[in-house]
Amino acid sequence: MNSLIAMIPSILMIVSPILITAAGGMICERAGIVNIALEGLMGVGAFTAATIHYFLEPSTPYSIWIALGLGALAGVLTSLIHAFASITLNANQTVSGTGINLLVTGGTAFLAQIIFKMERTLPFKLGMMPGIGGIYPTAWIALAVVIIAWFVLYKRPFGMRLRACGEHPQAAASAGIDVRGTRYIAVMISGALGGLAGGCLVLTQTIQYTVNTINGAGFIALAAVSFGRWLPKGITAASLLFGTATALSIYMVNIQSLRFLPPEFFSVMPYIITLVTLMVFSGKEYAPRASGQPYERSGS
Amino acid sequence: MDSYAIEMAGITKIFPGIIANDNVTLRVLDNEIHAILGENGAGKSTLMSILFGLYEPDSGTISIRGKEVRIKDPNHATSLGIGMVHQHFKLVHNYTVTENIILGNEPRDRFGNIDINSARKRVAELSKLYGLDVDPDSTIESITVGMQQRVEILKILYRKAEILIFDEPTAVLRPQEIDELLQIFERLKSEGKTIILITHKLKEIKQAASRCTVLRRGKMVGTVNVNSTSEAQMAAMMVGREVLFTTEKTKAVPGETVLSIEHLFVRNSRGLETIRDFSLEVRHGEVVGIAGVDGNGQAELVEAITGLRPLEKGRILLNGKDISRSSIHSRIESGIGYVPEDRQKEGLVLDFRLDENLILKTYGSPAYCGKFGILDRKAIEENARKLIKAFDIRTGEGAATKVRSMSGGNQQKAVIAREIELSPDLLVISQPTRGLDVGAIENIHSRIIAERDKGRAVLLISFELEEIMNLCDRIAAISKGEIVGIVDGESADEREIGAMMAGIAQNASGEQA
Amino acid sequence: MNRTTDPRKDRLERLFSNPKTISISVVLLGFLCGTLLILIVGKNPAGMYSALLQTLTGFDITRGTWNARYIGEWLTASIPLILCGLSMGFAARTGLFNIGAEGQYIVGLTVAQFVALYFPPVPVVHWVVAVAAAGLAGALWGGIVGWLKAKFAVSEVVATIMLNYIAFFFSRWTSMLIPGANTYKTPNFPATARLTSPLFEQLTNGSRLSLGLWVALLSCLIYWFIIEKTKTGFELRATGFNRDAARYAGVRVTRSITTSMLIAGMFAGFAGAVVALGSFSYGRVLGGYDNYGFNGIAVALIGNNNAGGTLIAGLLFGMLSSAQPLMQSRQIPKEITLIISGLVVVLISMRAGVKLFLDWKAKKNAQAQKEALDE
Repeated sequence: MNSLIAMIPSILMIVSPILITAAGGMICERAGIVNIALEGLMGVGAFTAATIHYFLEPSTPYSIWIALGLGALAGVLTSLIHAFASITLNANQTVSGTGINLLVTGGTAFLAQIIFKMERTLPFKLGMMPGIGGIYPTAWIALAVVIIAWFVLYKRPFGMRLRACGEHPQAAASAGIDVRGTRYIAVMISGALGGLAGGCLVLTQTIQYTVNTINGAGFIALAAVSFGRWLPKGITAASLLFGTATALSIYMVNIQSLRFLPPEFFSVMPYIITLVTLMVFSGKEYAPRASGQPYERSGS
Repeated sequence: MDSYAIEMAGITKIFPGIIANDNVTLRVLDNEIHAILGENGAGKSTLMSILFGLYEPDSGTISIRGKEVRIKDPNHATSLGIGMVHQHFKLVHNYTVTENIILGNEPRDRFGNIDINSARKRVAELSKLYGLDVDPDSTIESITVGMQQRVEILKILYRKAEILIFDEPTAVLRPQEIDELLQIFERLKSEGKTIILITHKLKEIKQAASRCTVLRRGKMVGTVNVNSTSEAQMAAMMVGREVLFTTEKTKAVPGETVLSIEHLFVRNSRGLETIRDFSLEVRHGEVVGIAGVDGNGQAELVEAITGLRPLEKGRILLNGKDISRSSIHSRIESGIGYVPEDRQKEGLVLDFRLDENLILKTYGSPAYCGKFGILDRKAIEENARKLIKAFDIRTGEGAATKVRSMSGGNQQKAVIAREIELSPDLLVISQPTRGLDVGAIENIHSRIIAERDKGRAVLLISFELEEIMNLCDRIAAISKGEIVGIVDGESADEREIGAMMAGIAQNASGEQA
Repeated sequence: MNRTTDPRKDRLERLFSNPKTISISVVLLGFLCGTLLILIVGKNPAGMYSALLQTLTGFDITRGTWNARYIGEWLTASIPLILCGLSMGFAARTGLFNIGAEGQYIVGLTVAQFVALYFPPVPVVHWVVAVAAAGLAGALWGGIVGWLKAKFAVSEVVATIMLNYIAFFFSRWTSMLIPGANTYKTPNFPATARLTSPLFEQLTNGSRLSLGLWVALLSCLIYWFIIEKTKTGFELRATGFNRDAARYAGVRVTRSITTSMLIAGMFAGFAGAVVALGSFSYGRVLGGYDNYGFNGIAVALIGNNNAGGTLIAGLLFGMLSSAQPLMQSRQIPKEITLIISGLVVVLISMRAGVKLFLDWKAKKNAQAQKEALDE
């Protein structure tokens, strides 16, 4: 049991990027846009943050925060592609999102080749340092993100309108709400949060960016949104569950009694758990009603 | 001289492939109830959508109280005092009444957060002033359709609308609710509002409106005084010729029982019991109609009969055989034909060719499918050619036409052709003439009578009471999932059926039970 | 009736509503963007094009030599892409988005390796059984997804992604259990298990082109036949276009979805077998993803989910892929091909945008017609 408590900082370290991304995914889908590209958005954020931090590390102590900020910005810019395709051009959102994931995989490796002459970023010396109790600042960032998301969605007029866009865009339009504009903002928020999360991940869990850095975290976040029924409390619980499974898979090596199991067993746990929870708890009825459907202007 | 609240002059609006409004002029006096009459597709909704700012006209001008304006979007229309109650409600199902009303116009507290309490107060105030009587805290999905409509009305009153547009408001209401709505109109008028009523129901125009503008195929036919114009005259303007209000038919000669529904109980997708202790028989050579307002279980009833939904309790027998647990496919084979409510969503695969759609249910039979499951394209095409001729289906390229490119009327003909070709003992038909023009409606009505005369058993479900009374030999009124009464088609009285639809059973002398 | 519209403009419209045109335009656009990107980073795009030329024809412009091996390698790289494209396309016809082809590929590959090592070494029968078993394994892996979707309404998008990861770890674990295996390879296959073809080897000057070519071509034929000619294909297409209408017509939609994923998985499984037994003489303990499954997505989208288109698209992306080492040697980062793939997928998702444009044009036409009639 002690070892479990000792693992809490590690669990939070892994949960934080997932939760931040899931918050972005939740906002995006509540507005009516399905965002499969969360994985790619995290990737582009991680790549940007790793690159910026590598270059700025020697010059300034704020290098980490600048890196995170630019990572978020990279996420916003990348998400604009998805926004433009899905909202303005009524593209198939699943296809567009998948395309972005492919684009990011190729694009980041390409840029790494140009900048670093190899398919990964050069390692930075020191990533983000843990704070009190060994807990990384990213956990506080994640907490803040979720609370702010909840507040905006349920207490602010903008949030109420955003949710209406995802449930019944025609109702929102006839109330004078700019459905397209609201959805653009929602997609960009998910881009910012995804990029931020990617930066958090690379700066806390590893020393450089490779095409395997994200390794499905974006998709796990997507599953967390669905499992969490698109609610702030739900996605927090879901992210904790999935993050714990991932953390366990890394640290189970330390538990004597489980040494007989092959390492692959632990690596695969998070994905199996995600799949099983989706099966058992899949809540299609809880999804925002208009999610994934292109919005067409029409009369009454 | 009375001033015009609204003047729309020379409005033209074009959509891909269709001219929705063609140089239309509309003048509405202040504080009057003005009707806009036209068939489906005449351009009424488009015209009003322009007035409400959802579209901009391609040419023409709009003046509000004498001042010319260009209405850019619904927000702008609202600021001009124009509000619209849509036919298909624009309400968010899981928001409360209050939340729906304030959406887009939320009252804020000093931090900029939503001030839900002052919102609730205002909603209650308005509700009382106009006699609308809604509960501010109920969610939309939990209130009746009539109540939902009132929420739509409150939405525009909350935004201080002076000109209220109602788009086909009575399509979803029971006769009692319609009466209540007409009273609400009077109340609104007495408070100084101007009302525009879009409808194709002549009777309601007679009851409520003072003047009426008639549209036909995008063009304006004329504006008349309702008092001095008869229903027949208005109908003729709407359609362009003499209209036959009833279909010619001889008396039915029913034979053996084909469909027997015994004490049926069905649950809907949310688990609620929507059909309760339902029993009915349909015999060879008669048309039995289910009269009722949308949402009283008709959908679940039809789904239970056709096999799309399992039943909870009770039995369904076809020609004496118990089909309660049979698959959809075997019910089709046993002799049930079904013309569904939404032909594009449920009846046809729009991206398939016409010949493929015509064998959509029979593709597996030996006639069209050989050994190893290989389809016989020639036989399929031949079948299509035969049906195109027999049912006069108009197409661009014959059997190969993509159904998506066919008109609504011809798509419906295709569906009916396919079902009749199955030679079913029982033909279930749901909303057959929705969205069709009068010519197509006449065609389909006579087709239904013809099938009855051939000896088929026909079960007709329709929300249009006129259609039911026109075609049916026996009429069963449904309310909240139960049959309230069954009356003879010839002698039926509309008031009587309307009362039954509201759940009030009638005894033999026609008095309320 | 007078028509004031320009007949040339009409033809242009019809051209653009043709899916083939869109595919070609998107590919050209992708290449254009790729070229621009190379220019922006200061490299010479001629390098990319000469690499592509050499891949297609075997002709090396810089040296003036000709080597058929490049053509063979091009075809070899295309085969798994074609098969994975067929996998994705088949599911798409039923309305499903199968990004699980990667996992189905891995499962097929792993099973093929096992059969190669443990099945009696009977000539011809050996590799036929291996390929068939791989197809079966891939089918089952795909079938799980279909079943999950039909029974639990689990989104196939997330489910397949999870199954991809699960397949990867599963493959590593089981492959390492084989006696004599280390962390990256198993013992060598018997010759009877391999798909090598001496004829092809000779024709293409020693490339790895194998009998897998026939597997790919045969699969295209099977694909076309099932979809266009059979009752099953009819049901699948109906379900894909309009699930409700199909259900109302008595089609067993659940079964259709599962069947579709079974067949889709089978094609991806074949791809795994072809790579395992055609290009290698020993089993691999996978260290990473071969990515054929993911790249198959682009192939299916460009190929418009039909057999012929997928074949051509597969050859196109195979060309991009096998040109990578040549590009590196000309100082072009090989990831440019991934970028072009990604761009192509994003661009083609905008197909609907083209429709919007066409609608706008049709409206302009109607107006012009009206004005003509009024005169």
